[in-house]
Amino acid sequence: MHEWALAESILAAAEKTATQEHLKTIKELTINLGELQQIDRGILRFALKALADEHPSFTKAKFVFKTEKSQFTCNVCAHTWDYKDLKKTLGATEAEAVHFIPEAALAYVRCVRCGSPDFQITKGRGVTLATVKGT
Amino acid sequence: MDPRPSIIATRFARIKTVIAVASGKGGVGKSMIAATLALSLAKNHRVGLFDLDVYGPSAHLILGASDLQPTEDKGLVPPRISNVSFMSPVFFTQGRASPLRGSDVTNMILELLAITQWRKLDYLILDMPPGIGDETLDVIRFVPNCTFLVVTTPSKVAMGAVDKLLDILQELHRPIIGILENMATEPSPIKDDITKRSLRYLGSLPYDPSLEAALGHPEKILTTPFGQSLRRLLPAIERYETAASSNK
Repeated sequence: MHEWALAESILAAAEKTATQEHLKTIKELTINLGELQQIDRGILRFALKALADEHPSFTKAKFVFKTEKSQFTCNVCAHTWDYKDLKKTLGATEAEAVHFIPEAALAYVRCVRCGSPDFQITKGRGVTLATVKGT
Repeated sequence: MDPRPSIIATRFARIKTVIAVASGKGGVGKSMIAATLALSLAKNHRVGLFDLDVYGPSAHLILGASDLQPTEDKGLVPPRISNVSFMSPVFFTQGRASPLRGSDVTNMILELLAITQWRKLDYLILDMPPGIGDETLDVIRFVPNCTFLVVTTPSKVAMGAVDKLLDILQELHRPIIGILENMATEPSPIKDDITKRSLRYLGSLPYDPSLEAALGHPEKILTTPFGQSLRRLLPAIERYETAASSNK
């Protein structure tokens, strides 16, 4: 349940934004979930709600999740591929490692066209806080 | 917005002292010193060891911790070996080569800093990679109250690179516990240069051929001439920490 740790970071970041923007009550957080990290939305939502209940300014907050599709680009041959292709090359242990640390993918995955280990995670890496709405 | 930096101070809130064992040069024995320092301190303190050498993690080989894994409890809880809580990128890469570029290095370090749940610690030792690249800059930027223990050998080649690290740390006003001379010769050719910088020369550690056979066996490491020499230097390190905390 490392989603709990990520939930803590989301609320800490939202709290900072709220302070900067003088928001007293948070109504909605939009959270982008990079496909590569395969975050369990149910667990993340549970953790966010449980943590929000302890913060007076977050008790009424709504959590909106958006999935960001992953894309990988080879630095050698410029080929791009998606999570569906990447997933085929990962075993269960490797997938779990990527769930915790998405960059672990660079230890296990090779470009599906030229076989190079030199590629970039260009989209859909992990968790980001997209918007904080409140009054 | 990346939420991870916002939680790092909370993750370090229950850690009294963070010591980054660093050097400008590779091959000077940073990992050996970081691991042995952690093992020595763990005899009387609550200690963690965090291997941040994402390209070439080796602390797990020194500790004999290759079969360990973190457990999940509201994040990742480091496994313990010889009374040391230990976290390493190797738990996720399984020792495979990880061809990471700069932003990948920063992302990996940020993720580990954000999700690792250290318990209450007296000391967290960071085993740093060589140089003044991403990992060093990330530690300076993200790890609160980090002190630096800088390692060199007597070689001019090592000291040349170490000088650059010291330049950066001093320019950024980072606290430097002192300089440790590994694989030392007598008399020390570097002591005067260190004193000229108004830094502390912590002492020297011998080149110890018996160390190789002790790798993977924490108790044996502590009984080697290297381990015993490092243990004798602990009061100098602890004195710095005591003085630093009384100035906070």
